[in-house]
Amino acid sequence: MARRLDPIALSKPFVFVACLLPLAWLVWLTIHGDLGPDPVARLEHETGAWALRLLLATLALTPLRRLGAGAGVIRYRRMLGLFAFFYASVHLAVYLIVDLGGFWSQILQEIARKPFVTAGFVAWLLMIPLAATSTRAMMRRLGGRWQKLHRLIYPLAILAVLHFVWQVKYGETIAVREPLIYAGILAVLLALRVPDWLRRARRSGAQQQ
Amino acid sequence: MRRYAVPAPPGSQITPESTWLRRRQILKALALAGPALAAGCGRAEDGAGAQAAELPGEPLTVTGRSAYSTDETRTSLRDATHYNNYYEFGTGKDDPWRRSGRFKPAPWSVEVAGHAELTGRFALEDLVKPHTLEERVYRMRCVEAWSMVIPWVGIPLADVLKRFRPTSQAKYVAFTTVERPAEMPGLSYPVLRWPYREGLRIDEAMHPLALLAVGLYGRTLPAQNGAPLRLVVPWKYGFKGIKSIVRIDFTESQPATSWNLSAGDEYGFFANVNPAVSHPRWSQASERRIAGDGLNLLGNRIATLPFNGYADQVASLYAGMDLRIHY
Repeated sequence: MARRLDPIALSKPFVFVACLLPLAWLVWLTIHGDLGPDPVARLEHETGAWALRLLLATLALTPLRRLGAGAGVIRYRRMLGLFAFFYASVHLAVYLIVDLGGFWSQILQEIARKPFVTAGFVAWLLMIPLAATSTRAMMRRLGGRWQKLHRLIYPLAILAVLHFVWQVKYGETIAVREPLIYAGILAVLLALRVPDWLRRARRSGAQQQ
Repeated sequence: MRRYAVPAPPGSQITPESTWLRRRQILKALALAGPALAAGCGRAEDGAGAQAAELPGEPLTVTGRSAYSTDETRTSLRDATHYNNYYEFGTGKDDPWRRSGRFKPAPWSVEVAGHAELTGRFALEDLVKPHTLEERVYRMRCVEAWSMVIPWVGIPLADVLKRFRPTSQAKYVAFTTVERPAEMPGLSYPVLRWPYREGLRIDEAMHPLALLAVGLYGRTLPAQNGAPLRLVVPWKYGFKGIKSIVRIDFTESQPATSWNLSAGDEYGFFANVNPAVSHPRWSQASERRIAGDGLNLLGNRIATLPFNGYADQVASLYAGMDLRIHY
């Protein structure tokens, strides 16, 4: 009768709630009027930053497993990835509805003409197929193609970091530090994968010969 | 015309004080402000309690009232003094009030030079004394696409400049900000070419809307807003409103200006508010208005008006100029 306790399964509800805490905190600040002088800019910044943090956390799981954190950590990947998509969607909604609301012609102009807006929007678009195919049923249906599709996370993470770096105003040497920290973390997470990619490329090259 | 109605009582009485007097925010400010607030406490009137401790500067006697004032909802005193761009104190919006505690706005003098009959060094008191201080509630549009409504206290710039009797060679007026690394921690970063420099064409400088401000909300300027003397040019982007002025030059050629030197394709010499000319990285067609109690999230965005709504007064200054080229 003593089924073995599965710590990952047990911890998942807590991780789920923890991922909702930033949202709860922002709602609390909004209700209490404590978002500061420019509340909309603050909401945009915080929701975007949390989307990026969760995206990087998602990307950190595979290297963590390699570094000996246990195979189980990979089971958090779907939840973290979906929360990254969730915060990115809230971020986009705040921008489109709360910030630009009523100025619809400006929306098209900004998405099409401002590179930092374009980068962020494309990153969000690329997340849609990943979120849509995150179920076990879709994984089975897509088979080997699932993995290929989900490699989209690499270009979209790069776009998300660029989106953050590019919107900093000229000369804001301090403001640019935060996006550059994320860029650095992403660079490390990608670099840790390079040996694997090389090995796989060599193997498939050998098969072709 | 509604927009230019004569204002009611001075700003110090109208500011929604509830916003910044709330206990929680005072506690937060006390916890975070450190030396800046300690200095503020020292200057507060005797026995006035927490309310006076939060008020910046000293009260000013404002006698004149300007017909140029707007009656739009004002920005709260707290927001106007806690959300600033003043890179000499740091590039964060809260750096200017947090990191300006060591700044000494007195004694102060201004060096006047160039093409004028009267030049030399003038004490701030001597510059201001012959004039009547008036309050002007102006819209302030930042190039970053946010705006405020601020009751300034000051003197028409033209009235001050005329006293130096500029000669016919004075085609421009250049201004310089003080440069004191010991008091302004942002100066350790080469963000801009210090000292900060700005300038106006002489006809712009002589326009009655251009104001030399010494206060806001009925009190002297706090350090973060450009103490003790700053420029306010309401039809131009905020960065033209140079702060803590120590030098005025009457020049024959167009003076170099700080933002234009650093990123000329983004910030022009004229920098008139213009919804039709986009910043290379964002639209200038609309702006987020920081006013009232900040609780209404929706509806803060408003359309940006040509010359920040002062087109009737100033558009003629630029007759025949292509403002897409002279942005």
